[in-house]
Amino acid sequence: MANDHMQTTAPDSGLRIRTEVKAPGPTDARHSSEGPDIVCREVNLAYGDNHVLHDITMEVDDRRVTALIGPSGCGKSTLLRCFNRMNDLIDNVKVWGEIRVKGLDVNAPATDVIEVRRRVGMVFQKSNPFPKSIYENVTYGLRIAGIGDKATLDEACERSLKGAALWDEVKDRLDESGLSLSGGQMQRLCIARAIAVEPEIVLMDEPCSALDPIATLKIEELIFQLKEKYTIVIVTHNLQQAARVSDKTAFFWLGRLVEYGPTAEMFTAPRDKLTEDYITGRFG
Amino acid sequence: MDLRKAFSRGDHLVWLTGSALGISLLMILGLVFVILTNGLGIFWPSPIEQLTLADGSVVAGEPIQRQAIPNPGQPDHRQKHRVQLKVGNRDLYGFDFKWMDEADIAKRERPSGIYLVERSEYGPLIGTPVRVLEGEKEVASGAAAAAALEGLVDKAERDRRAVRVIEKDEIGAVNYDIERIRLQRRKLDYREKQGGAGDLSAARRKLDEREKERKARYAELEEKLTKRMEGASSTRVVFRSVDGQEKELRALDVYRAYPANDLSWLGRARVYASRLWGFLADEPREANTEGGIFPAIFGTVMMVLLMSLMVVPLGVLAALYLREYAKQGLLVRTVRIAVNNLAGVPSIVFGVFGLGFFVYFLGGGIDRIFFPESLPTPTYGTGGILWASLTLALLTVPVVIVASEEALAAVPRSVREASLAMGATKFQTILRVVLPAAAPGILTGLILAMARAAGEVAPLMLTGVVKLAPELPLDGFFPFFHLDRKFMHLGFHIYDVGFQSPNVEAAKPMVYTTTIFLLVIVVLLNLTAIVVRNRLREKYKTGAF
Repeated sequence: MANDHMQTTAPDSGLRIRTEVKAPGPTDARHSSEGPDIVCREVNLAYGDNHVLHDITMEVDDRRVTALIGPSGCGKSTLLRCFNRMNDLIDNVKVWGEIRVKGLDVNAPATDVIEVRRRVGMVFQKSNPFPKSIYENVTYGLRIAGIGDKATLDEACERSLKGAALWDEVKDRLDESGLSLSGGQMQRLCIARAIAVEPEIVLMDEPCSALDPIATLKIEELIFQLKEKYTIVIVTHNLQQAARVSDKTAFFWLGRLVEYGPTAEMFTAPRDKLTEDYITGRFG
Repeated sequence: MDLRKAFSRGDHLVWLTGSALGISLLMILGLVFVILTNGLGIFWPSPIEQLTLADGSVVAGEPIQRQAIPNPGQPDHRQKHRVQLKVGNRDLYGFDFKWMDEADIAKRERPSGIYLVERSEYGPLIGTPVRVLEGEKEVASGAAAAAALEGLVDKAERDRRAVRVIEKDEIGAVNYDIERIRLQRRKLDYREKQGGAGDLSAARRKLDEREKERKARYAELEEKLTKRMEGASSTRVVFRSVDGQEKELRALDVYRAYPANDLSWLGRARVYASRLWGFLADEPREANTEGGIFPAIFGTVMMVLLMSLMVVPLGVLAALYLREYAKQGLLVRTVRIAVNNLAGVPSIVFGVFGLGFFVYFLGGGIDRIFFPESLPTPTYGTGGILWASLTLALLTVPVVIVASEEALAAVPRSVREASLAMGATKFQTILRVVLPAAAPGILTGLILAMARAAGEVAPLMLTGVVKLAPELPLDGFFPFFHLDRKFMHLGFHIYDVGFQSPNVEAAKPMVYTTTIFLLVIVVLLNLTAIVVRNRLREKYKTGAF
């Protein structure tokens, strides 16, 4: 029933709106390539016989926050994990269609998955600091990249912790275990860890779902600051959160992209009936 | 009705489980109690009783036990008693212990001035010192002889130590060199036989010269030793046993002498401490029934440590492959079941395998390739601490694999994903995140492995343990670790002393004492590993998620 209009509306609206909203500014100089950061063309994904994503076509803007919303099991997290190929870890996954991150074809056989993941950082639903010290947690990405210079590591640690608004709280106890922090602090530690390697894109998979409202607020403020430097794609179940933090929102339903557009527009005047039902809480 | 209610509430289950635990604890405590009481008592100097029998003969010795005399069917069945004395003086009487019916005893006393003497052979001597001789000259007699005894024992201890230094260290070093020269010469012979070695006479001449020099040094040392021995052995003490026989002992052969009935509590405590220390720190004497167990303690600890060094890398690598790299399927499941079952294979089977594969095949191969000059005398082709440790490593590797696998499986997926999402390779993730987080669990496996290895005896008997090893596997001669050497082991020592000794009755208490130290060592090794594990746990504790 829903199939026909989903397929037609989604890619069109996404593309059209992108051109309207995209506001190239002086900060663009940081990135070599022009245009959108992530481009998906007819992305499909199947776990064995279970076809999970159907022909997703969308573009994610540079240094904007893009929220992916939709009911559980609609495929938004799966799509997110396509961007840094985390789905590789699951047996029996098949992905087809094209995903380009900064022009890099993510799924091409010649593409180094390590390279993709360095450029696309990720923050998970459950905060998952390593059972190591705070310092070791933040500098992990640099260390595995082979950087051992103490001054560089110190500098990166301080910069990332400041970037994640955690520096003032932990600067005197960098040697303590990352697991000694509170839930919200741990999640910010994970963000610091992700931005320490200076990725271009940060993926966030329901980063606040395990946090209390105050910690959530802090993370949201942080997302606001981070979008100055990074492109952020956030999966969330919290519609208010999507409305608060994102510039654009994509609504998924049963593995299809239903509607994609500027957040303000989507939440005030959704073009699709399904979107309207979802955001007004009539189902899902 | 009430009963049924109680039954469904499960009250009976609390009692059932509680008593099962209670019985287990009781059995373990009983075991420990028996071992401790039997093992720790033997060093306490007991008084010497002198019994005059109805026929006028006199016997003296340490009372060992009192027993009802069985006489089935008769009215006096188990009514009368007999006592057992440890009379010592095996060289004079031909036995160590004697039973006497209490009915025959006319008088029991604890006379002053009677000594118990521990000496180099024939077990303890019980008697009174009557004379001290220096050469043929009598220097003290009676009470003066007794008074001189303590000084003599101290001097004997010093003399023995000096002799030991000459024998073991100085002559030992020379012997070691001479043996190496012999092997080098055989190597030259061997190369000559192989042909194409060219002129070796220069090398031979050099060896001859060195050997001459070493042999001269040997003669020198031997003379020094003889002189020292002469000086020390000219002093002799004559003891008289209670039945009037006299026995002359070299002072050098006296290890300890104390007046058993004249000791204060403090004096007894000192004898106790000195005996306990001697037991820990000395080498065994007299077919292991006297002296200490130091080489066995050393061998046990070194063997367990060597085994740990081998089993941990092997087990962890195998577990890593099974858990992290292998594609989970029927084959891996089969391998896992096989590994689990391997832990249940009787240890003697591993011993036989160790003998066949490690000792004969590997050791024999090493000998043929690296030590052909000393054949047919085997170097590695015979039991040794290396092969024993390897065999035990094989025996315990299933335990380590299973524990490591469980530890690896317990590392949360989220942490692995975090590492991979940072751009780490699988190898980096395993090395930096998974292994540290799994380390406590791996150490648990090691603890289990060590506990099992320290207690194994059967496979060791085939792969390198001996009743008496003249040298420790670690000493001051290059290359310091002598992995080819045979060694002593506490578990085997228990078996040997308890069941293979020529004087089982006299050695029985030593079985308990050796058991105590085996247990203590197992506990100490485990405690060390547990402390390390808890530290790691503190350091790498994973989140509550």
